[in-house]
Amino acid sequence: MIGYADVHGDLLPINNDDNFFKAVSSAHPLLRVFIQRQDEVDYSNFGTNTLSRKKKALVTLRNDNLRRRPHINISMPHDFRPVSSIIDVDILPETHRRVRLYRHGCEKPLGFYIRDGTSVRVTPHGLEKVPGIFISRMVPGGLAESTGLLAVNDEVLEVNGIEVAGKTLDQVTDMMIANSHNLIITVKPANQRNNIIRSSRMSGSSGQSTDSTASHHSLPTSHVLQNFHPDEMESDEEADIVIEGGLEPQHIPKLHSLTSSSLSRINGSSLSHRLQRDLVLNNNSGRESNGSIHKLLSSLKTDPRHSLVIPRGGIEEDGTVITL
Amino acid sequence: AKLLLLFTCLFFVCLLGFLVQARTMRRFLRPGHDPVRERLKRELFQFNKTVEHGFPHQPSALGYSPFLHLMAIGTRSGAIKLYGAPGVEFVGLHEENNTVMQIHFIPDQCQLVTLLDDNSLHLWSLKQHSGASELWEDHRFTLKGPPGSPPSAAQITAVLPHSSREVLYLGTESGNIFVVELPSFGVLEDRTITSEAVLRWIPEDYCNRRSCELVEALQEHPKNPDQILIGYSRGLIVLWDRTSLSISFQQLENLSWQRDGSKFISCHYDGSYTQWPVSNDNRQSLPLENLVPYGPFPCKAISKIYWQTTRNGLPYIIFQGGMPRASYGDRHSISVIHGSQQIAFDFTSRVIDFFIIFSSEPTAEFDDPSAMVVLAEEELIVIDLKSAGWPAVHPPYLASLHCSAITCSHHVSNIPLKLWERIISAGSKQNVHFSNMPWPIDGGTNIAPDPPQRDLLLTGHEDGTVRFWDASGVCLHLLYKLSTVRVFLTDADPNDNMNTMGEDEWPPLRKVGTFDPYSDDPRLGIQKIYLCKYSGYLAVAGTAGQVLVMELNDEGAEHVVDHVEADLLQDQEGYRWKGHEKLKTRDGPVQFEAGFQPFVLVQCQPPAVVTSLALHSEWKLVAFGTSHGFGLFDHQQKRLVFVKCTLHPSDQLALEGPLSRVKSLKKSLRQSFRRIRRSRVSSRKRRGGGGNTSEVRGILQEMELAPVQRKIEARSAEDSFTGFVRTLYFADTFLRDSSRHCPSLWAGTNGGTVYAFCLRVPPAERRMDEPVRAEQAKEIQLMHRAPVVSILVLDGRNIPLPEPLEVAHDLSKSPDMQGSHQLLVVSEEQFKVFTLPKVSSKLKLKLTALEGCRVRKVMVANFGSCKTDDYNENDLAVLTNLGDIQIISLPFLKLQIRYPCIRKEDVSGIASCVFTKYGQGFYLISPSEFERFSLSTKWLVEPRCVVDVPEVSSNNHTHSRSVMENASRKSR
Repeated sequence: MIGYADVHGDLLPINNDDNFFKAVSSAHPLLRVFIQRQDEVDYSNFGTNTLSRKKKALVTLRNDNLRRRPHINISMPHDFRPVSSIIDVDILPETHRRVRLYRHGCEKPLGFYIRDGTSVRVTPHGLEKVPGIFISRMVPGGLAESTGLLAVNDEVLEVNGIEVAGKTLDQVTDMMIANSHNLIITVKPANQRNNIIRSSRMSGSSGQSTDSTASHHSLPTSHVLQNFHPDEMESDEEADIVIEGGLEPQHIPKLHSLTSSSLSRINGSSLSHRLQRDLVLNNNSGRESNGSIHKLLSSLKTDPRHSLVIPRGGIEEDGTVITL
Repeated sequence: AKLLLLFTCLFFVCLLGFLVQARTMRRFLRPGHDPVRERLKRELFQFNKTVEHGFPHQPSALGYSPFLHLMAIGTRSGAIKLYGAPGVEFVGLHEENNTVMQIHFIPDQCQLVTLLDDNSLHLWSLKQHSGASELWEDHRFTLKGPPGSPPSAAQITAVLPHSSREVLYLGTESGNIFVVELPSFGVLEDRTITSEAVLRWIPEDYCNRRSCELVEALQEHPKNPDQILIGYSRGLIVLWDRTSLSISFQQLENLSWQRDGSKFISCHYDGSYTQWPVSNDNRQSLPLENLVPYGPFPCKAISKIYWQTTRNGLPYIIFQGGMPRASYGDRHSISVIHGSQQIAFDFTSRVIDFFIIFSSEPTAEFDDPSAMVVLAEEELIVIDLKSAGWPAVHPPYLASLHCSAITCSHHVSNIPLKLWERIISAGSKQNVHFSNMPWPIDGGTNIAPDPPQRDLLLTGHEDGTVRFWDASGVCLHLLYKLSTVRVFLTDADPNDNMNTMGEDEWPPLRKVGTFDPYSDDPRLGIQKIYLCKYSGYLAVAGTAGQVLVMELNDEGAEHVVDHVEADLLQDQEGYRWKGHEKLKTRDGPVQFEAGFQPFVLVQCQPPAVVTSLALHSEWKLVAFGTSHGFGLFDHQQKRLVFVKCTLHPSDQLALEGPLSRVKSLKKSLRQSFRRIRRSRVSSRKRRGGGGNTSEVRGILQEMELAPVQRKIEARSAEDSFTGFVRTLYFADTFLRDSSRHCPSLWAGTNGGTVYAFCLRVPPAERRMDEPVRAEQAKEIQLMHRAPVVSILVLDGRNIPLPEPLEVAHDLSKSPDMQGSHQLLVVSEEQFKVFTLPKVSSKLKLKLTALEGCRVRKVMVANFGSCKTDDYNENDLAVLTNLGDIQIISLPFLKLQIRYPCIRKEDVSGIASCVFTKYGQGFYLISPSEFERFSLSTKWLVEPRCVVDVPEVSSNNHTHSRSVMENASRKSR
């Protein structure tokens, strides 16, 4: 649950575009955002006359923030997840931006195109034109566009830490698609006015975009991480799905372990969603479904209610494979 | 206490350090840091492009040395290839990559001169180096005309290497003949024969006509090296040094001497030839005979002619062209006339050049021609002129791989002798119409060691044939040709035979050659081949979903081919296949010749192209896959075991068939053309020698004109062709639990899905009684969803499971069934090892995400050490879409070594690549040529040969002696 403190100090929710714009437009000088777990939110507090009590809470919260500044740790609660971030701000030149797109589990398309082009580089021999890769088009409503961190004509310098220089458009395309579940692109933005200015860092969490409108088209907005290590995300990047189609009687379906929380850990990759749906369908009613499980079962010509085999433990995530 | 603590700490640090070090030894060292492994790598791997098989693409010139018995072929890309006895071959490449226009061997020397279309001359020689001959370019030279003259003045049109071996006569477009010294290419100004000098000798009435014009032909007198016969294109023929003169009024094409030097013969633009006497008194001779062989109606030019004498008095008159213009003007013919016999050999493509092999013994009184060698644009044809009926000779090399376009290839290493002999015997029955003459071009000596094993390369062709090539050694030659056409009813008219011509047909054309690029029916095209070398079972699959299982039969037989349809869509509804129809089968028994005979036909429905095929000869099962699904067929009981539809419901494209793909194909064609154009531009720029930056700028400008855009999108299940079955694999492994192993079938799709089926194959004694059963055991979805290109199971010792029947034939150790098996799934983007039977990821190697390249071909190869005989290991040989070859170790998936092999623009080259089991490979460098390469230090098949200069014995070598005398006289 995301809320903000309005000019009067009232805690108000941000849950649609309108109150979001209201929050942004009324913010001055700072927009105070409150993030709470869904189950901990006391909805009765919103907008009511609890100003004084809330003020106190605000103060303590803010103090907390200040104290933790050196190692701020933005956790990833299960209720929401990041879709994009600017990373490695401290080690990159100010003219560059490293953007991470979390495609994994997101229903939105990545939604951008790249093209060949020419780039001007400063060399010992003066300015030199060299071939480069550029973002050529954004798909409206796509993940790339919605982050506001990438724009048409941004030059792509690196893909997941690998330099693009000397590679063909097709190679870069393949690299991006191969990394699409966790794409980190370093760009040189065409518009250099929104660069992060390090000297005027406002909080410990890193610099802020000086363009306040650029990244505020949709929720959730980009948040800023620092010193990102690619290995951190290694574990959830590739969850191959294995469906056991064995028919031994000792494997009794145990669907009770298919709780929403265990599913949410693999968090909505489209296939697992479908699987979940199919599993539920098959177990509850044995109804027709066009999912792969059902096809599998029907091809074996057995009763779906008895053939569905889920080993003990239901869905478990052992790093790279999810076993149903 | 503090001190103690410190010591304890130190101790722990040391221990830790030691442990880390110990572990690092094996695991954590990056490749390149382990000196032992590095040395081993050098002993195992080595990349070499060893030999080019097949027929040179776009040949442009032919040369022959009767002295060395070597033939030379030049190509439009500037390559020059020399061939002698089987196994004797050399390749040279002109730096300029310009078309080779002419090739001339220097008489009695291991040297030859090439003329390129940029008017440069190149001197090549065969030199011995560490026991083997090598072809080297010695000199290059560009003739310059006198200052101020037009460029045509120095444009070389005819080259005559003089028998003195000291000079070259160079006829030019201006009519002047320059003489250059060898090997320095210094112009001997005083010996230049200018057209003015010639004209001085010419009677007034001819002088009034145009000047001599370009020199069409230069021929040395066979007996008197001082006399040079010069033919000018306008029809003037001059015997220089004697300055006798012959004048015809037809545009001259070529000249040729008779052996005794008493006569010469000229051929002309109007399709006529003329015989001229060489008389001592007459300054202007009159023709002895003037003939238009295919007259009286207008004929095409005769571009080359030979007059070959024989002992029995009747000459062989052999000429190229001369066909009646109106009715046969489009034929590529060479006519041979010998007494009353006359045949016009009708070639399948344009004739580049030809030569006659005749008695080269200088003392011999007659030519006594034995064979005619014809280089046509698409094939080499040798005609035996000694045997009755002039049959063709089966060439041991330079095979036209592309007589019908190659659609796929399959390599089988180490063929058992029994199967080898049976294939050869089947093939020999097909080759009865060939001459028994030994290969007449027999120069040089092959000193390469005998091939280590018998290897077969099978090529599938567009016309529904499979060709079996002996790929053991340097000479790739055809053993046997299998046609699948007979099984089907096609539109082709069976009576359409060119050879059945009446006796009294005129001209007496006879079709020769096999090049036939026109397929009767594209659905017949072969897409996948699998040969079991132990059982002789062959499975062949084609474009219209047909799968044929065949057995080798040493006798011709007539039998019915059982026919089964496999509906891969099963109960999927609402789809309409818009592609081609399935092939119609022939009812009733079909006559098959000796060799592989089909006994069962499975036709997939919809009849989409078969994209994967696997045969298990021990279980008698064949698995096949298309873009819709896959099926398993029991070819013992002739029963379909199961089919599995892999189609995603939203994938309309796959259902509609190939027609709907035309659009995207067009688009990709356009893009590749654009790419080619761009690379051309860049190469031209490079040649122009402009500055580096301007070159880059040029390329960039080109790019700006044609911006290409690529969509970045994660693959999803809804993408097109996700159901396309890319690979099928049989394995006896632990699929269900770790205590029992069972036969299994694995399938990988374009959408990154792997299906595993557990099979129950009845024991041999009940094999016909009980059905084969299959149950789906597993389905793995790779989250990166890249196409699965290969599946492999490693046994308990990390060795890939042996081929079916390999163990039964005592050729392989039985697989380890004690330790746990592992599954290797290779997608276009990653290599992943999983445990079995519980499929959990153990290890992976990312390729695309880190390198930007994708796997195109992968195969397990066995590499032996060149140092010790007892060490060998299995690795993965991988070809990427960038044309790189990588070797990746098993089972730890460490990149060992990488070599650039194929240009990344060469899409067909990459697509055609096949690896062998022992670290060699083949890929097409043109439609007609395979490049062979080797990754192994141990298995290397490359030409190694010696060309010795034959002894020139002076006592019975009058010709040579006279040359020597002349030479010495000249030097005086």
